[in-house]
Amino acid sequence: MSRGQRDFLIWVATFLVMLAICIPGLWVVLSAFRPNGEILTKPAVWIPRDLSFDNFRAIFGLGDNVVGIPVGSYFWNSAVISVTSTVVAVTIGMSGGYAFARYRFPGKSSAFLWLMLSRTVPGIALSLPLFILWSWTGLIDTKLGVIIVYTAINVPFTIWLTEGFFRQVPRDLSEAAQIDGCTPWQAFWKVEFPLAKSGIASAAIFAFLTSWNEYALASQLTRSTDSKTLPVGLMDFTAQFTIDWAGMSAMAVIIIIPALILTFLVQKHLIAGLTFGGVKG
Amino acid sequence: MAEVSLRKVIKRYGQMEVVHGIDLEIAHNEFVVLVGPSGCGKSTTLRMIAGLEEISDGEIAIGGKVVNRLPPRQRNISMVFQNYALYPHMTVRENLGFSLKIAGKAREEIDRAADEAAQILGLTPYMDRTPGELSGGQRQRVAMGRAIVRHPDVFLFDEPLSNLDAKLRSQMRIEIKKLHQTVATTVVYVTHDQVEAMTLADRIVIMRDGHIVQTGTPLDVFERPVNTFVATFIGSPAMNLVDGMAEGGAIRLSDNVRVPLPHGFAALAEGQRVTFGFRADNLMPLGHGLAETGEVATLELPVSLAEPLGAETLLLAEIAGKEVQAKMMHPRPVSPGEVLKFQLALDYCHLFDAESGVRLERKRDHGTD
Repeated sequence: MSRGQRDFLIWVATFLVMLAICIPGLWVVLSAFRPNGEILTKPAVWIPRDLSFDNFRAIFGLGDNVVGIPVGSYFWNSAVISVTSTVVAVTIGMSGGYAFARYRFPGKSSAFLWLMLSRTVPGIALSLPLFILWSWTGLIDTKLGVIIVYTAINVPFTIWLTEGFFRQVPRDLSEAAQIDGCTPWQAFWKVEFPLAKSGIASAAIFAFLTSWNEYALASQLTRSTDSKTLPVGLMDFTAQFTIDWAGMSAMAVIIIIPALILTFLVQKHLIAGLTFGGVKG
Repeated sequence: MAEVSLRKVIKRYGQMEVVHGIDLEIAHNEFVVLVGPSGCGKSTTLRMIAGLEEISDGEIAIGGKVVNRLPPRQRNISMVFQNYALYPHMTVRENLGFSLKIAGKAREEIDRAADEAAQILGLTPYMDRTPGELSGGQRQRVAMGRAIVRHPDVFLFDEPLSNLDAKLRSQMRIEIKKLHQTVATTVVYVTHDQVEAMTLADRIVIMRDGHIVQTGTPLDVFERPVNTFVATFIGSPAMNLVDGMAEGGAIRLSDNVRVPLPHGFAALAEGQRVTFGFRADNLMPLGHGLAETGEVATLELPVSLAEPLGAETLLLAEIAGKEVQAKMMHPRPVSPGEVLKFQLALDYCHLFDAESGVRLERKRDHGTD
């Protein structure tokens, strides 16, 4: 087989794989702009005939068909929960990562191991104990309850990621800064933090996306419009006998967009972060 | 005025003591080099002066003020690190001005000081580059520039030249020496390279296993090493040491090699075991360099290897099965196995106690030296 033929086959294979990955997503986006009738037609209509923003208008209560789902509240809940848990998780995780990278203390390696092992437990396995605990403490169906859970999920990963970055910042730099007149705190913010920035940014993105997309636990722990997040809200489109596929797709697009924008904004850091972290020893 | 005093300074890590109560007085403007093999405690000592390591016991004073409990930023010191420790995310200008910025100085003042340091060190064309865009020598200069902008009381250097290639190293050595003459500040310099120590120091402090073994001017420690450790550590090539025994007014090195007792050692007891020491410069083939008028012993030794260096050739000869180095000036080709007549300048030989390694002092018993 010639080199050209081999390249061609590789391209075809890549195209097929990408197609398989992308089609469901594309189909969701496409469906968000089509009426329910066209979505449900059999055989399927592959080339859309009737594209409009009606579905979006409907879920925001603007058009002729109003869907009675408080998407605005869900969006707000999701935003508050994701942003808060990300900020808290990154603050705690960064401090932890720094401590693991810089200081020696008893039980350090086993503590690190246990943090990582916590990642092996599937979140849903914790849903029942969490449900019981949260109902005892009154945290069930509150934003705070979900924030605490998401923070706990995100902290170990943030520690793991930032630890690698802080370890790559030579200790000498912080010492040089202290000799140059910095307090240890200033040395951290002016020298070590800027150098580990890309790692911290990628940790923040991962934490945000985890919180933003999480469904299983949120579906157990939230109930009302005060606490339900967007992914949980998606289920509101299923009624006893019908499913509003068009509305659901439109809402899925609303969920995807912020995550997409964020990922693009910090793409540079993310790639630097992932490759940087990849070579850590 | 910034003299540095170390009084009974001890450093322990847990149960392990690594610096055992050292005493050292460093005068204002003095250039002191701490030298020793790795693990001797020299870097730890420097870091204790800097405040980067706490001291476990004793006292450190800078300019008469005890600084035991002061953090590094309050000691008015500068330090040049082995790997430079430049801030990678800042330009050369920002690196140079960082300490003044932290001190809250005005923008113009910071710029002026940075420009001045850059001028001294020839960094003016690189002010807007980041450290990643500089060569090793330039980075080294930035590190020194960062140290001088603050006009510190004491400069600390932690093996600053060990990451440079040989040529750059000797060049930077000269620059450091010049810098010391220009800015006239107390310097404490750590290195494991005895050549650096000899060329830079006003005073050398030789350390081993957390103790100070000897303190003195470079010539002092070269000419009068207190023991075999210093004798082999200072000077290149290292001093030749051969075990021997006092016997009938001579030192018997082997069955057929005897060297007359050098002046001042007549009191040596018959049969006393000693270590006989001499440098390659004092063992030369007849007619190839030794123009000394002092006492000379002649030895016939087989040569096992010749290393031509151009102006001179280093010869590896054998005494009592032990290899010793000799120097041949105005060299001619020497083939391995050739037996040469060597002259040994006895006035420059040393005797050490065979047990303790301590150097035996000459006594002025003949009145000739």
